[in-house]
Amino acid sequence: MKKFSRLISLGAICLLTLLTLSGCSSSVSKKDVLTADQQSNRITWGVKADTRLFGLENIRTGKLEGFEIDLAKAMTKKILGPDGKCTFVPVTSGTRVPLLKNGNIDAIMATMTITPERAKQVDFTHSYFDAGQSLLVKKGSPIKNISDLNKPGKVILGVAGSNSVKNVAKYAPKARVLQLSDYAQAMTALKSKQGNALTTDNGILYGMAAENPGYEVVGGNFTKEPYGIAVNKNQDRFRKKLNWALEQVEKDGTYNRLLVKWFGNVKGFNYQEMKR
Amino acid sequence: MLSLIASQWHPLLIGLWNTILCSLIALVGSLIIGTLFALLEISQHKVVSIIGHVYVEVFRNIPLLVITMAFFLIIPMYIVKINGFTAGTIGLTLYTSAFIAETVRAGINSIDHGQLEGALANGLTYNQAMRYIILPQAFKVVIPPLGNQFINLVKNSSVLAFVAGFDLMYQGNLIANDTLATIPTYFIVGIMYLIITLPLSYYMRYLEKKLA
Amino acid sequence: MQNFIDAYSWINIRFLLQGLWITIEVSVISIILSFILGTILGIIRYAKIKYLSAIIGFIIDIIRNLPLLLIIFFTYFGLPNIGIKPEIIPAAIMALSIFESSMVAEIVRSGINSIDYGQTEGALANGLTRWQALRIIVLPQAIKNMMPALVSQFISLVKDTSLATIIVLPELMYHAQIIYGQNTNYIIPMFVALAVLYFIVCYSLSLFANYLHKHIA
Repeated sequence: MKKFSRLISLGAICLLTLLTLSGCSSSVSKKDVLTADQQSNRITWGVKADTRLFGLENIRTGKLEGFEIDLAKAMTKKILGPDGKCTFVPVTSGTRVPLLKNGNIDAIMATMTITPERAKQVDFTHSYFDAGQSLLVKKGSPIKNISDLNKPGKVILGVAGSNSVKNVAKYAPKARVLQLSDYAQAMTALKSKQGNALTTDNGILYGMAAENPGYEVVGGNFTKEPYGIAVNKNQDRFRKKLNWALEQVEKDGTYNRLLVKWFGNVKGFNYQEMKR
Repeated sequence: MLSLIASQWHPLLIGLWNTILCSLIALVGSLIIGTLFALLEISQHKVVSIIGHVYVEVFRNIPLLVITMAFFLIIPMYIVKINGFTAGTIGLTLYTSAFIAETVRAGINSIDHGQLEGALANGLTYNQAMRYIILPQAFKVVIPPLGNQFINLVKNSSVLAFVAGFDLMYQGNLIANDTLATIPTYFIVGIMYLIITLPLSYYMRYLEKKLA
Repeated sequence: MQNFIDAYSWINIRFLLQGLWITIEVSVISIILSFILGTILGIIRYAKIKYLSAIIGFIIDIIRNLPLLLIIFFTYFGLPNIGIKPEIIPAAIMALSIFESSMVAEIVRSGINSIDYGQTEGALANGLTRWQALRIIVLPQAIKNMMPALVSQFISLVKDTSLATIIVLPELMYHAQIIYGQNTNYIIPMFVALAVLYFIVCYSLSLFANYLHKHIA
């Protein structure tokens, strides 16, 4: 009995330690990020390093490249002036929010769709990219749009952490959804017939269709996926400044230039309608 | 954290169930296959023992994720379609069986060779000597390291998360992504793994004491 | 076939090897740290020192029963809450060493237990102290017994470094992911490369251990 009570108390101590370790610190969100960034003349962005077109590490140079990277650079210059510097920290869908809350990064720009559920944990700016969700299938497949998938026995492949898999549950509730860890795994799973279609944001799908001639994008966009920049709660000054910078970049044509630079050559992708 | 449990208990329980199911199948499977290959490894036939060694070294030294991905992505292209849960369970079984083979082989080797000779001199066949004299003693020696392997197995079942096997880690990832309550979610997932692994390790400790 | 030729361009291979180097670096440091720490913890647990052994035993049990992925996660994201903000590589090494030393401690404890207690008694009767008996008589034999289990554990450790991709440790697995991020067709060539590279590292590790085993024993 004595041994048992000792075990219990030890367990309680361990749980407490774990709880302190897992508790989210609030001290970071009290500091004003904008003031700190203006003082250090540097904004730290959390970005993707493994997603083509948006943020991908260039193996030759070791630098990150993509639409989001260029947009972040342009916005940094608007906020901090022409010598404003930016630091890019690669994030994954699992690490981006803890990194933001711990203060390792100031803002997340990593193909993150604005949703009400997420807005409970972080604050979003206006959308900086209106992705739309579509489907990729093998050429000649009987599936022409999302409603063809709304049948029992149909399997839709997606990528964990993207909002597109959530939408599928709304548009095709009868289908089964499998979430894989990255686009290449999802694409290969489609090739090995683990699913009938692959869904994600159209820009990425067109990129994959270009690499794999036997596959095509069908059905047009069935949802809008507005990507937003996420910042910590209680950072309204920073958020407003980001919105302002986004507007400036759109007004002076930089936005459209970047859109053409990254999506102009993606076959099938209508970048004209995305221009701002 | 409580509200998280209240709203997400259903997917979490599905995950827990799939993790337990996969672990149980892989545990039984890898124990059988592993013991078999341990016996092949110590066989007196050169060819048989080389086959055993190659199997063990190949599966032990390649990452589990790669083995599982091969079953999930490559085999369906050419041979037969298998879903994520099955691919993960097969991968986990083969991977763990190599570790178990190595553990059991070490256990058998730790038994004094004189015992085998004595048994053979007393008229037992090689198979009988193995079965009645050597293996029971060997299992006693290997229970602690085997316990480590079983715990590794349960935790390695999280490889199912990479092939959409709907296990605990997969569900945890999805919940973390939906709610963005990353750390509380993984904290709950950690506790749920402890629910499986702690009793398992205490049972192995009990077994060790009982047999000693 | 073309995919394999393109995927194995020198620039990609070099990038993979850079990742391999980080994997080896993190593994070697973690193996050394966890071997030292694990042996100490295992002996404390075996020695049944009042309270201390029970507390350490309990902590070891909790840690070794948790998935490593979560320990990496909590080390990297939990420690800043108590004022320690480790960089990615130290965080990965710390998490791996904490986890693996609890695994090693269990191996060491059972290894010492497997040695007949009569030997310790004999040593004590011959005038050795307890510590001398453990160091001179028991430990050398125990290490011989636990060698295979230790090697298995360290092989697992090398491969477990890949779990640190979740905190974006630039190791082998992460670099492979970056490469097949350029082109989805590179995924299978990359998995083949991963299998080969991990095999080479882990198999060399077990050969090295066998060599040590023969020359020490």
